[in-house]
Amino acid sequence: MTAREAAQPPYLRIERLKKQFGAFSALKDISLEIFPGEFVCFLGPSGCGKTTLLRAIAGLDIQTSGRIFQADREISDLPASQRDFGIVFQSYALFPNLNVAANVGYGLVSRGLPRREIATRVDDLLKLVGLPDSGLKYPAQLSGGMQQRVALARALALSPGLLLLDEPLSALDARVRAYLRIEIRRLHERLGVTTIMVTHDQEEALTMADRIVVMNEGVIEQVGTPLEVYRKPASAFVADFVGTTNFLPAVVLRPGVARFGSVDLACDIDIQPGPGNDVTLAIRPEDVVVRNVAAGAANSLAVRVADVEFLGSFCRVQLAHDGDKTMVLADFSINVVRDLGVVEGMELLVSLPPDRIRVFPAAAGQP
Amino acid sequence: MFKFKVRGLLLGAAVLAVSALMAVPAFAQKTKITVYSALESDQIGPYKAAFEAANPDVEIAWVRDSTGIITARLLAEKDNPRADVIWGLGASNVSLFDSMDMLQPYTPKGADQIKPNFRSSKNPMAWTGMDAWLAVMCYNTVEGPKKNMPKPTSWADLANPVYKDSIVMPNPASSGTGYQAVYAWLQIMGEKAGWEFMDKLHNNIAVYTHSGSAPCVQAARGERVIGIGFDMRGAREKTAGAPIDLILAKEGSPWDMEATAIVKGTKNLAAAQKLADFAVSKAAYELYGKSYAIVGFPGMNPAPPNYPPSADAAMVNIDLAKMGADRARILAEWTRRYDGKSAPK
Amino acid sequence: MTQAGASTATELPLTRRRLDRDDILMRVGICVFIVWMLVTLILPLWWLLSKSFEGQKGEFVGLANYVQYFSTPSLLASLWNSLFVALLTTAIVLPLAFVYAYALQRSCMRWKGLFQALALIPILAPSLLPAISLIYLFGNQGLLKEWMFGVSVYGPFGIVVSQVFYCFPHALMILLAALSLADSRLYEAADALGASKTRVFFTVTLPGAKYGIISAGFVIFTLVITDFGIAKVIGGRFNVLATDIFKQVIGQQNFQMGAVVGFVLLIPAVVAFMADRIIQRRQVALLSARAVPLVPKPVARRDWTLFAFCAVVGGLIFGILAMAVWASFVTRWPYNLALTLNNYKFGEFDSDGWAAYGNSLELAVWTALIGTVVVFLGAYLLEKTRAFAAGRLLAQFMAMLPMAVPGLVLGLAYIFFFNEKGNPFGFIYATMIILVVNSITHFYTVSHLTAVTALKQLDAEFEAVSASLKVSLFRTMGRVSVPVCLPAVLDISIYLFVNAMTTVSAVIFLYSTDTKLAAVSIINMDESGFTAAAAAMAVAIVATSASVKIAHVLLTRRLERTTQAWRRR
Repeated sequence: MTAREAAQPPYLRIERLKKQFGAFSALKDISLEIFPGEFVCFLGPSGCGKTTLLRAIAGLDIQTSGRIFQADREISDLPASQRDFGIVFQSYALFPNLNVAANVGYGLVSRGLPRREIATRVDDLLKLVGLPDSGLKYPAQLSGGMQQRVALARALALSPGLLLLDEPLSALDARVRAYLRIEIRRLHERLGVTTIMVTHDQEEALTMADRIVVMNEGVIEQVGTPLEVYRKPASAFVADFVGTTNFLPAVVLRPGVARFGSVDLACDIDIQPGPGNDVTLAIRPEDVVVRNVAAGAANSLAVRVADVEFLGSFCRVQLAHDGDKTMVLADFSINVVRDLGVVEGMELLVSLPPDRIRVFPAAAGQP
Repeated sequence: MFKFKVRGLLLGAAVLAVSALMAVPAFAQKTKITVYSALESDQIGPYKAAFEAANPDVEIAWVRDSTGIITARLLAEKDNPRADVIWGLGASNVSLFDSMDMLQPYTPKGADQIKPNFRSSKNPMAWTGMDAWLAVMCYNTVEGPKKNMPKPTSWADLANPVYKDSIVMPNPASSGTGYQAVYAWLQIMGEKAGWEFMDKLHNNIAVYTHSGSAPCVQAARGERVIGIGFDMRGAREKTAGAPIDLILAKEGSPWDMEATAIVKGTKNLAAAQKLADFAVSKAAYELYGKSYAIVGFPGMNPAPPNYPPSADAAMVNIDLAKMGADRARILAEWTRRYDGKSAPK
Repeated sequence: MTQAGASTATELPLTRRRLDRDDILMRVGICVFIVWMLVTLILPLWWLLSKSFEGQKGEFVGLANYVQYFSTPSLLASLWNSLFVALLTTAIVLPLAFVYAYALQRSCMRWKGLFQALALIPILAPSLLPAISLIYLFGNQGLLKEWMFGVSVYGPFGIVVSQVFYCFPHALMILLAALSLADSRLYEAADALGASKTRVFFTVTLPGAKYGIISAGFVIFTLVITDFGIAKVIGGRFNVLATDIFKQVIGQQNFQMGAVVGFVLLIPAVVAFMADRIIQRRQVALLSARAVPLVPKPVARRDWTLFAFCAVVGGLIFGILAMAVWASFVTRWPYNLALTLNNYKFGEFDSDGWAAYGNSLELAVWTALIGTVVVFLGAYLLEKTRAFAAGRLLAQFMAMLPMAVPGLVLGLAYIFFFNEKGNPFGFIYATMIILVVNSITHFYTVSHLTAVTALKQLDAEFEAVSASLKVSLFRTMGRVSVPVCLPAVLDISIYLFVNAMTTVSAVIFLYSTDTKLAAVSIINMDESGFTAAAAAMAVAIVATSASVKIAHVLLTRRLERTTQAWRRR
């Protein structure tokens, strides 16, 4: 939580939300607070419940039990038409037989505003999303990216208190996606409207969100800023879902030390050794240090290069430790690879810095 | 906008309701009477027009079908009659209704001047007669010789196997003409011989038609060689150029009379009586004379072209009341023996 | 919405969603729909069933009537006759329609448009038309009488041939749809594996279309076994179930036995319907989203053989229609072949004359107008109402039922139900209203499915967007759903119009003197022996249906052109 957020009461408060489809639990006891003006991403794999949660907030698929408060008003049982939100879908859901201007102005017309006022507002919105001259075109004549921008303009027309985006970029190709990411973020900064976006793409979440809600199988695994979620994943699932992680099975020797294979690693453990104290150590590939590792240095590991995968600006190298028993992935920049002449079969000494190692219970295992 | 939709829907519903009510004729001025009839389709129009011209405050709503159908219907509706008047149904059937106490006796104005056997003998009269028709043989003079089928002169001739599959006659259950033929045969030949005759005839019958006029029309078209059917239709076809001959059988011709009667329990008695009065007026008989050779008005002898001469004399001697009374029994026996070959309905 | 959840330590109460105005209106709408279906379908059928258990005086006699039915040889003979004719027709139509559909879908034959139009002619005509034509062609005075070799056209032969004509387009349309679901990748794979053309046909093409073939078979079977008009005109001595009902109810006023036969007739139709639904569910899985549509390549010998085949079949269909048209202008067949308009002066042959045609036209227009609105609204309510699962399920079930009920049975049920003393809706009896309601109900299911299919193609989230923008659902329906679905709406109206125009079976029981219909008039005129006039009336019906259909095609094309800007590119 930033200082700013700490000072304000939450805009959206979700209390013990549960959603049941017959015997299947889509949401199990979700509680969450979202602050005014935040850009929050619900991130998770398919079926984790993120869209269900979004739709419950919108009132499109009401929860089984639990309460929702928006701006201190309880909206738990209100139908969607009585809540205050705008929504954008993956399929754009633009009305095909109405032109862009009519689409954007759709919600305004039924407010009974005079036509000129509506036209002005529509123009403003179109300018806002970067489509000032497209008013008379039909959705079928626009590209995917443009259609999604129209959908955004339409959702924002009534100045809603909450903007909900349900995987808005998933149907677009990579370049358009990258561009729209920036656009949406820019809009958010400009308007300051509280925004919730559902995505399965962790890159989107990391670049766009103020805070990320990582979900898995109906529960929230972690809520935090992108940095927090990335650097300090709260569970093995988060560590694995966001970015790549090496999971190393180890046994606790004594507080602060765990044994992995034939190596003792110093790390942040404070549990006692004993039966049932198997742990999983997690370290990201980019944190594996290969330069200037002296023999016998703390947390050093003798490995053999098993595979080098060229990924453009860096190489993902598979390192075999303990005679191929465990593989450790490491990301070496091109410079490193070139300087050290890293090739398959080479023997190396790498180090795993203790402060970069996260410890999880062994039961979590490899997700 | 939504309000307009609702209003639009309500308006639409109202329009619908109004036009529906308009489909039901207004009761305001005219009294409407329901008239059950077995009259021919081309008589329905002129008869109604003539009656309503003479009685502008009454309107006829017809329910028209073949004799058998109408009879069955009246019987079925016995306890809750929908008909007001019967105008143009076989007198044998009407007598049956009389014996079942389904009629409202009424002696129409001028009924005493019609021929004696054209009215019920009760006082007040249960029914009045309009006209009589015969069942004749229509023989196609082109197809017959082509198929080496000689022109028949008597009913007995028709049992000849040379006519196999070439004769059509009406189903007596549905057609008055058909029933009168069957009844007459049983009277002429006696019960036992009559049924034997019909057994042989059955082999020659291609199909039992639903209506009494179809046989002669089919013979006229050459579709069949011989039709046993309604005399007037045959005459009309011949006049129109069809290659048929009308033959009155040697043994005598079956006949029936069309009758008018008021149904008991009618709610429009006054209007019904007006129709009964009209039905025995001279104008009415002139109307009947256009379609039938034998009418109930004495002295009137309309002779339509191509109608066989001395038809009166050919009429077999039958008791109409008994014809009606025996109907159920005879039909049951007939159906049991021959119904497999019926045309549908 | 409200579900029983697994219990946790401290439970919050279940959330009950509040209903907004749209919700309430839609639920009321569904309830009204259910009541409508109850009154127009379920209750009349129930009345019919109970009638079959009654004796002459209305007392309950259990299965006595059924026992009597099954022990009457002539009635049972009709049952076998009906089954025989239906099965034979199915056996003939399926291969014919399949090859024809194959030619249209999978070959590069010429003039496909013409052949498709030809094949659809029978839909525009009352079922009586082929029967009348056949009498002129093969009857005792028939043009081609010699070809019959002494077999009479009256009876099973005439019935089967007429039914083949009548059912052909229905089977064709189903098979066309089935054969269009082709994945060219399968064919390319077969090709790459070196399979012979015959082998490919039997292992890829035929199995791919198998659900369509089975479905078409059921449709033909049901159509034939429930048809009344053809059997009436050309059946001769051959009795079938449909005409039996008639004889019992109208001929002998034996309503109880009529009800029994009606129920017996209902059984094969229901069985066929249920079997078809089970098949349909399997069909859905057949085409995956990745399928590549099949574009046929020209193969000269195959294409020309198919062309010849279609020319023969199409020519026969056209020939039957042409015969009826010719016959309607002939003065006195076969003796005076001079052409005349005399047969069109219907007033001379039937008491109602042209009024019957006018009534049919009126019925068709009302049915199309009101029916389209009811169907579309009903489909919209079923698809878009939120929650209220019980109501929607019930309504959905009822919407599918009419397909299982033959027209004759429905008409019969209507007489019983609406004629009953004390029925508050009894006032519609003997008016145009009951005919319109009956027609809408009879043809409901196919219209409903068309509407539902069209609605399903709209984005599923229109309603969510509408709610978030605080716009009423009905406004969105009018501004978006209807305009986008307009082609389907037009399709539904034309379907209802043409069917109401040409129907015989249901209305044969329901018409009154004021509302006699053209199809009934045809039967009456044919009964009286005025076959030429009957042909004329049938031709008049075809001409009307054809004109309206052409207008529909032109209108649809124009619609597509003017809305080109926004329809799927």
